[in-house]
Amino acid sequence: MITESLQKLEKLVNSELSSKIQKSIIEHNEFLIEINESELVDVVQFLKSNEKCKFRQLIDIAGVDYPEEEKRFQLVYLFLSHENNNRIKLSVRFQTNQTISSITKIFPSANWMEREVFDMYGIKFKNHPDLRRILTDYGFKGHPLRKDFPLTGFNEVRYSEKEKKVIYEPVKLEQNYRNFDFESPWEGTSYVKEIKNLKKDGKKN
Amino acid sequence: MAKKTKSLNLNFGPQHPAAHGVLRLILELDGEVVEKADPHIGLLHRGTEKLIEHKTYTQALPYFDRLDYVAPMNQEHAFALAAEKLLNVEVPIRAKYIRVIFCEIGRILSHILNVGTQALDVGALTPSLWGFEERETLMTFYERASGSRLHANYFRTGGVNQDIPLRLIDDIEKFCKSFPKIIDDLEGLLTDNRIFKQRNVEIGIVTKKEALDHSFSGVMLRGSGVPWDLRKSQPYEIYKDLDFKIPVGKNGDCYDRYLCRIEEMRESVKIILQCVEKIPKGPVKSIDGKISPPKRDDIKQSMEALIHHFKLFTEGYRVPKGNVYTAVEAPKGEFGVYLISDGSNKPYRCKIRAPGFSHLQAMDYLIRGHMLADVPAVLGSLDIVFGEVDR
Repeated sequence: MITESLQKLEKLVNSELSSKIQKSIIEHNEFLIEINESELVDVVQFLKSNEKCKFRQLIDIAGVDYPEEEKRFQLVYLFLSHENNNRIKLSVRFQTNQTISSITKIFPSANWMEREVFDMYGIKFKNHPDLRRILTDYGFKGHPLRKDFPLTGFNEVRYSEKEKKVIYEPVKLEQNYRNFDFESPWEGTSYVKEIKNLKKDGKKN
Repeated sequence: MAKKTKSLNLNFGPQHPAAHGVLRLILELDGEVVEKADPHIGLLHRGTEKLIEHKTYTQALPYFDRLDYVAPMNQEHAFALAAEKLLNVEVPIRAKYIRVIFCEIGRILSHILNVGTQALDVGALTPSLWGFEERETLMTFYERASGSRLHANYFRTGGVNQDIPLRLIDDIEKFCKSFPKIIDDLEGLLTDNRIFKQRNVEIGIVTKKEALDHSFSGVMLRGSGVPWDLRKSQPYEIYKDLDFKIPVGKNGDCYDRYLCRIEEMRESVKIILQCVEKIPKGPVKSIDGKISPPKRDDIKQSMEALIHHFKLFTEGYRVPKGNVYTAVEAPKGEFGVYLISDGSNKPYRCKIRAPGFSHLQAMDYLIRGHMLADVPAVLGSLDIVFGEVDR
């Protein structure tokens, strides 16, 4: 039954927005459409206001980072329609330095969600009323959910007895972070391989 | 000549008993009237999403207990459902019943704390003390099933970790028989209480349209008169076969939300009683050896089981490529997990949709024009837990 209503929705969306949609997929009973980033606002406006779609609620905005690909970032907008009881996923792909139009005018709740994406990925939004960091510390540098940001981060915080205040220092680990990667158990985990390679290089020098 | 006035800035929190955790709220006041509220969040940010990207699916699950730590298993549920959807695993029927029982226990855990603390915020001490006593009983149920009172780590992809002990079902039933009396007592203290009503009625009103625009879900949405509950509208597990009602508010104020929570607890008790009656015997996790670990006895007997055990706890299981969004009706609202798998043993991306995040965002709009004393009342009725807001 869910698939039927999704197929109907797919037909509708494809006929109404045919020029703007690059791809539409139904997988695991979920409907995903890919669009060009320049048409985002129009498509979102359509989804919200169209009489048959009625996606009146923005559930979330998820950023994704694919560092190897030319269009590095992806934003996935999740919408929900109470009237029709279905969901839609809207995907946008774009390059590192592109700015994306904000949809806060259409959905006020997008405000913090876009701030979170900006904080975590460094993606900038056009016409956002208040684009500040939201989850990370005051004065934080970098964008933690990018794949090239290390899990351990760069700075650590502690209370200094000497200075009688909380101070920031570069991360110092007693033991290196070990990434136990068991994908190919025959060759050992990757950190063992790295140590081996280091030793080999050391001998050469 | 008009007098020049200056608005006053006030820092509410981050260490304030009524801030429900580490919320820093910067209030602009004109006398006692709030002109603007700017919530600063992130003081409890632990980078859960980043950590999950570096862990296998089994290792990622415990992080969900630590999001909304008031009702841990409801969060685990969303993640387990997401992984199951990608893997296409069948969950045994007994496991479904156990999951529903514990999710409803989680709902009572969360609502009873919220009702208690909301009363505490507006000046009533007793309800929270009574509430905590019941929470303690419920947490022993958690402990008997999973081994820990709070961070259960009990749900697994394809079922639950282990079967519940024999007498637990009877004890849960006994609790459900006695609990409605406690709710009556709480209501006796609060529902018609003049002070409680003065502090909550017509405070923090949300209209239907605004509730939708601000991405509200759960009680925040139902309190404003939208009959929407994922357990009914997009039923997962066995909610389809259960008989329960969805309480809906009328005015969308703090008082209606309180009433909704009270009624939801009664409905949860009904659900648990039905499950207790109907729960069948059988396995509690998927019988697929590539996903659920073998029994202890089997490891000692069978080579294959030993290999499975070793592989599952080192490499973990691989999840097919794809992306899914699954949502459950957590006590606070729609809790969702958007999971992207690249076919490896670790999630490529796991976006957590926390209901409290959207609710807190609306704080500015909810509190504008209210008095300073209403700030804790509204904050209490939003049901904010910083574990999930900050992630």
